[in-house]
Amino acid sequence: MMNQYPLWKYLLLIFVLAIGLIYALPNVYGEDPALQISGSRNTTIDAAAKDKVTSALETASIPVKTVELKPDQLLIRFNDTETQLKAVDFVKSALGTGYIVALNLAPATPDWLNSLNALPMYLGLDLRGGVHFLMEVDMKAAADKAVERYSNDIRTLLRDERIRYAMIRAEEQGVRVMFRSEEDREQSRTLLDKELPLLALEDIESENPGLLAKLDEQEIRDIESFALQQNILTLRNRVNELGVAEPVIVQQGAQRIVVQLPGVQDTAEAKRILGATATLEYRAVDFEHDVQNAVAGSVPAGSRLYKDRDGNPVLLKKAVIVTGDQIINASSGLDQQTGSPQVSVMLDAKGARSMLKFTKKSVGKPMAVVFIENKNETTLVDGVPVSSSRKIEEVISVATIRDVFSKRFQTTGLDSPKEAHELALLLRSGALAAPINIVEERTIGPSLGKDNIEQGFNSVIIGFLAVLVFMAFYYRVFGLVADLALTVNLVLIVAILSLLQATLTMPGIAGIVLTVGMAVDANVLIFERIREELRNGNSPQASIQAGYEKAFSTIADANITTLIAAVVLLSYGTGAIKGFAVTLAIGIVTSMFTAILGTRAVINLIYGGRRVARLAI
Amino acid sequence: MQILKGKLNIDFMGKRRLAVILSGVLLAVSLAALIIQGLNFGIDFTGGTLIEAGYPESVELEPIRTALAEAGFDNAQVQHFGSARDVLVRIAPQAGKESAQLSEEALASLRQQNTGMEMRRIEFVGPQVGEELTEQGALAMIYALIGILIYIMVRFQWRFAPGAVIALVHDVLIIIGFFALFQFDFDLTVLAALLAVIGYSLNDTIVVFDRIRENFRKIRKGTPVEIVNTSLNQTISRTLMTSITTLLVLTSLFVFGGEVIHAFSLALILGVVVGTYSSIYVASTATLAMGVTKADLMPAKVESKEGDGSVV
Repeated sequence: MMNQYPLWKYLLLIFVLAIGLIYALPNVYGEDPALQISGSRNTTIDAAAKDKVTSALETASIPVKTVELKPDQLLIRFNDTETQLKAVDFVKSALGTGYIVALNLAPATPDWLNSLNALPMYLGLDLRGGVHFLMEVDMKAAADKAVERYSNDIRTLLRDERIRYAMIRAEEQGVRVMFRSEEDREQSRTLLDKELPLLALEDIESENPGLLAKLDEQEIRDIESFALQQNILTLRNRVNELGVAEPVIVQQGAQRIVVQLPGVQDTAEAKRILGATATLEYRAVDFEHDVQNAVAGSVPAGSRLYKDRDGNPVLLKKAVIVTGDQIINASSGLDQQTGSPQVSVMLDAKGARSMLKFTKKSVGKPMAVVFIENKNETTLVDGVPVSSSRKIEEVISVATIRDVFSKRFQTTGLDSPKEAHELALLLRSGALAAPINIVEERTIGPSLGKDNIEQGFNSVIIGFLAVLVFMAFYYRVFGLVADLALTVNLVLIVAILSLLQATLTMPGIAGIVLTVGMAVDANVLIFERIREELRNGNSPQASIQAGYEKAFSTIADANITTLIAAVVLLSYGTGAIKGFAVTLAIGIVTSMFTAILGTRAVINLIYGGRRVARLAI
Repeated sequence: MQILKGKLNIDFMGKRRLAVILSGVLLAVSLAALIIQGLNFGIDFTGGTLIEAGYPESVELEPIRTALAEAGFDNAQVQHFGSARDVLVRIAPQAGKESAQLSEEALASLRQQNTGMEMRRIEFVGPQVGEELTEQGALAMIYALIGILIYIMVRFQWRFAPGAVIALVHDVLIIIGFFALFQFDFDLTVLAALLAVIGYSLNDTIVVFDRIRENFRKIRKGTPVEIVNTSLNQTISRTLMTSITTLLVLTSLFVFGGEVIHAFSLALILGVVVGTYSSIYVASTATLAMGVTKADLMPAKVESKEGDGSVV
């Protein structure tokens, strides 16, 4: 008998369809406006915090849909956006500082789907609103800074060893050192090789002998990758401050960072916080005077009152021992003797000297690190924006000096490896963070995001329906079968997008629309072939068989070439184009499956294995 | 229902001189528009700042221009976008000013001019990024063409490859020419549309080629011109059908998809129309001109399975 499929093909189709339906399903449930609360530096979210929040919302008589306590966050769902916005302030004031409260849209997927890892599609910024920044790290500045630092080091080294030099200058390629005699040059070559092994030394032959100390390529690469990592970490910390639910901060290429902040509407605020620059200072603690007196108003001359991260007052001497740009490196690790977390700091020559001078007379006394952030602010004065910079100073560490030290030292007694890691990060940020510039910005306001979703959805549905009607009208029963395949195709595309958690953007929706139009092409090819076979006088069964068979190689060729175009688009990599290419590529693959295997299965069910007088095609 | 009834016998190739003239004219106009007027590149490629502002009711453009000029943006380009309540402001890159500052200042002056203004979209592309996008875009186009050329040479025969690629270049040039002639915005989405057109038009061409190959092997008598004609007649209803369904969804996208997607869907609609025409006339004509013969297409061993497809 002709045109019958073995059972396993039907089972395969049903299996694929079932999986497709399950993973497409989460997109049906929509989203709840929610508050996402997570702990910051020293706080964690626990049952106590949960109680605090729920009772605060109860007293304010704000209706809550559900409250979920997850390992590191608390999720409170509301019935509408209005309640959500009203609740933010109450929650914030109930919890106090130390918690990050972010507005979020939480998927309202039922638990059984969640347990299957079935999530709704991830909507791009153009559909949900938000900010996209592409930031570029100024690598030249990072390298220049390193050269500058080395030139100071060389100067100090030569002075300390009493080697005479005519000139030391930081240049683009490295540090130029000129001498008066060949002898001086040879002496310093030996010295520099020993003390600064990372520098490559080249002879300069002019009237006077000289040396060009260059950063080798590996060193430059290290500096650059370090500057990039540094900036990514700093940006992460700052984004936390913004209270964004699902921020994306990732490296792109060798010197760029993508920052995506869904739902952020105040871009000016975002730019301010991200664009802040930071430095730090080591200062002596003024332990001779009472802190409480200072708080009361009598701050001794030569001292200043600071606050630590928990808001406790600390009294510090005004004189700065070492500034942030004198720190070459800081890394966290474990103390080899006690196993407790520690931070190792390395200073440059200038910093080492002042540190030595200070610690010689201060063993057993405390020393503090002050973190200073310069935030740029723009305020409207009579409608005209005025830029100003605000300084935020905070004591991030107080430690007792155990011994005399200079270039290298460790800060121990930290509570956790996490704290050590953060301190190291902050210590480095003062010196090494190369400046970053915004080279691309795309901000989508909430109303446009909403419009985009609505219009995108409408155009898919209307185009889809138009094709369905047209196909049914033109190919009758076969048209209806193609319609079924097209519907399944749409479900599969949505399922795969959800499964991959690929970002759905407006161009992505356009890709889906285009796929809907092109997906029927395979069926058109098959059906036209069947009509042709019928016209040539073949029997209905033979025509079906021949139609599918002959059309196959054409369909494969046509789709593979389109796939080539889609893959090239994918590798192009830029947001808008990538989104389009992803859905186009997925659509090509799923449409081949549904249009060939799927329709054949249904046609076989309808016509297969029996005598058929004529086909409704 | 059928658009074209029964066995067709249209002499497509007999009119190929006419087609060459039509294509020649279209290409000449496109090239002239490209050279004389050039493309109206969007900020994706030129760099600059774009602000889309929404207003509660219809607004006049003149006061907005004045307000922006007062704030120092006298070169700002202001136009309605989609409706009279939406305004698009474009500002060229300014030396010595950071993007953050620039868009904030422009927004502030817009807000001051009309407090009901709502920010719908801000896009800033640095000149450097713009340059890279242009370069990568051109490269993507070339890579796509090369990949397709190789595929056709492997799958068909080298005489087919130039025809397919000439048809694609023809389509792309005409669409770009159209955008240059009417000075429509040429942005990243239009570039994506162009690449999709390459895919679509090729799809069409391949279907025709496939038939030509099959017929060369099957039909014993007949000149190449006759065989190409037969193949075109056999595929014409499919070609039209697919173009119609694709145009249906694209029209839906154009009408309901919103202003942001307008240029994209317009480029695709044009592409489908031109692509359908080119797969019939340009690709086949070029292949005939390359002198394809029966001997070129006698089945190699591997392909014999699909070539002679008569099934009992």
